[in-house]
Amino acid sequence: MPFEELFHTADWSLRVWAADLDHLFVETARGMNALTGFKLAEKPRVRRTFTASAPDAESLLVSFLSELVYYAEQDRLAFDHFDLSLNLEDGQPCHLSATLRGAPILSLDKAIKAVTYHNLQIQQTARGYEIEIVFDV
Amino acid sequence: MISIHNLTRITDYEWEIPQSFRGDMRGPVRIFSTHKLLEQIAGDKSLEQAVNAATLPGLVGAVVVMPDMHQGYGFPIGGVAATEFPGGVISPGAIGYDINCGVRLLASSIELEAALPHLDSLATLLNQYCPSGVGVKGVVHVNVPELERLMRSGSRWALKNGYANENDIARTEENGCLEGADPAKVSERAKARGRTQIGAVGAGNHFVEVDVVEAVLDPKAAAVFGLHAGCLAVQIHCGSRGLGHQVCTDYVQDFQSAVRKYGIDLPDRELVCAPMDSPEGQAYLGAMRAAANFAFVNRQLLSYSARRAFEETFAGKLKNWQLTQVYDICHNMGKVETHAVDGKRVKVCVHRKGATRAFGPGTPGLPPEYQQTGQPVLVPGSMGTASWVLAGTETSMLRSWGSSCHGAGRTMSRAKAKHDIRGDDLRRELEGRGIKVRAGSMSGLAEEAPSAYKDVDAVVETVVAAGIARKVARLRPLAVVKG
Repeated sequence: MPFEELFHTADWSLRVWAADLDHLFVETARGMNALTGFKLAEKPRVRRTFTASAPDAESLLVSFLSELVYYAEQDRLAFDHFDLSLNLEDGQPCHLSATLRGAPILSLDKAIKAVTYHNLQIQQTARGYEIEIVFDV
Repeated sequence: MISIHNLTRITDYEWEIPQSFRGDMRGPVRIFSTHKLLEQIAGDKSLEQAVNAATLPGLVGAVVVMPDMHQGYGFPIGGVAATEFPGGVISPGAIGYDINCGVRLLASSIELEAALPHLDSLATLLNQYCPSGVGVKGVVHVNVPELERLMRSGSRWALKNGYANENDIARTEENGCLEGADPAKVSERAKARGRTQIGAVGAGNHFVEVDVVEAVLDPKAAAVFGLHAGCLAVQIHCGSRGLGHQVCTDYVQDFQSAVRKYGIDLPDRELVCAPMDSPEGQAYLGAMRAAANFAFVNRQLLSYSARRAFEETFAGKLKNWQLTQVYDICHNMGKVETHAVDGKRVKVCVHRKGATRAFGPGTPGLPPEYQQTGQPVLVPGSMGTASWVLAGTETSMLRSWGSSCHGAGRTMSRAKAKHDIRGDDLRRELEGRGIKVRAGSMSGLAEEAPSAYKDVDAVVETVVAAGIARKVARLRPLAVVKG
């Protein structure tokens, strides 16, 4: 698992790493899933699409994860398969196009209220790309 | 990491990080704490977050933090910051995702001895009527136009629809309605989340708790508040649910561009803000007030449900089983208030995040009966420990932007609590101590174990010794409903 839980007094925090940005987004979503401990129904499988533009990659990541928070609370849906296409050309707004595949949530240990920007900065490291992210619970 | 050595001791209960500590600070940080509590506080990043909060543009005076402070995201929990009005900024992150999270206290004349045989069924009914848990729906569902009316009217909406009485409204901060709420500035997504969640506790650290008034420390004030020694009381802790979370999410996102537009440089992107008099600032204020009014209604509906449970449990068995509202207060909020600054009365925007308003005697806006006592300050403990009813003081108006602590304050991470504590063991322990527990999730219960929190008595002793609140009564838990 390319993520680990970090100490946080009241909320949840993860360190996530991946070889490229697409995978960083996917692994952060998977890390978030692991924190909530959801169990998915086998059927029906559902598919949703998501597109967003933002001035920077961190904002795109928050938008993407906030979409997952919304689906979990409002539609009781969670996703375990992600196809992402990121466009991060210099000088252009960042763009994300994603296809989410998942199923209705059978059970959930803990809900995430929101995805925060607290100290959120995508950094290039020896492992590729890395972030620390805090979720409000 | 900031250590205790970076702090200047003012008194045994008050410490300061001077403005000179870091070049981007616009004022000092004032910490209400004992040395012992500071050792716990210094174990996480809350002091660093308080220093970051002191960089907000238009900051007035000191950022104040309470002894229950702990690490949050952007702004520390237990923090209070005032910004110039109207020229300063408003920061959604300094108010938090759960806009108008707060506590309501209802009092009764039901004596403990008479209630004891019925506590189990009371706990079951409260659990049934006050839905709790992850993503749970509320007891009232409304369409969007009705939701918009609710967000404009706050607790008056509940009164009009038979869920409140006039005393409830009079004894709610701001009479349960912030002026200037603008539902048009609340996104469709936030409205979709909110319209089916009214009257539900939700999850996390929110709860409905039955207590007994174990000790009265200020008989005169307790009598005015309606608290009777040896009688039952009910605390309700929750906020604006998914609607508030979505409002904050939307505006923290939007304000990422606003800080660029207005040339605001901050050490943490979660602290993003906009000038209050800008279109962005005005939009957030309208949406935040609408979410706050939603939260007032949410707690009002939970009061209605608690009364229903009390009626079914005690009506016909006891003569006086009614629940009377003591007060409803917010601890995540941004409000324009008048405070004394350098000897002058000025309007400022007070951001409170995990800090309770604690207005002292004679402060305009308090109910007439609380003009002499100061407002009730409700400090819930941690499920198995005491809770406190305090009163605001003149000193709180001068030293802490009319604010005090809001609870015990976490000291242990949720991950460690879940690792170290088994929910079913904790439940047995609490039941063994006579506390009825109704919890939707055992892991959620473990996360909220009393040992994950600071000693609430030590927190209260600190604010009392510092003079920013005074003791009125101590409550002991009897039954807890948690998500």
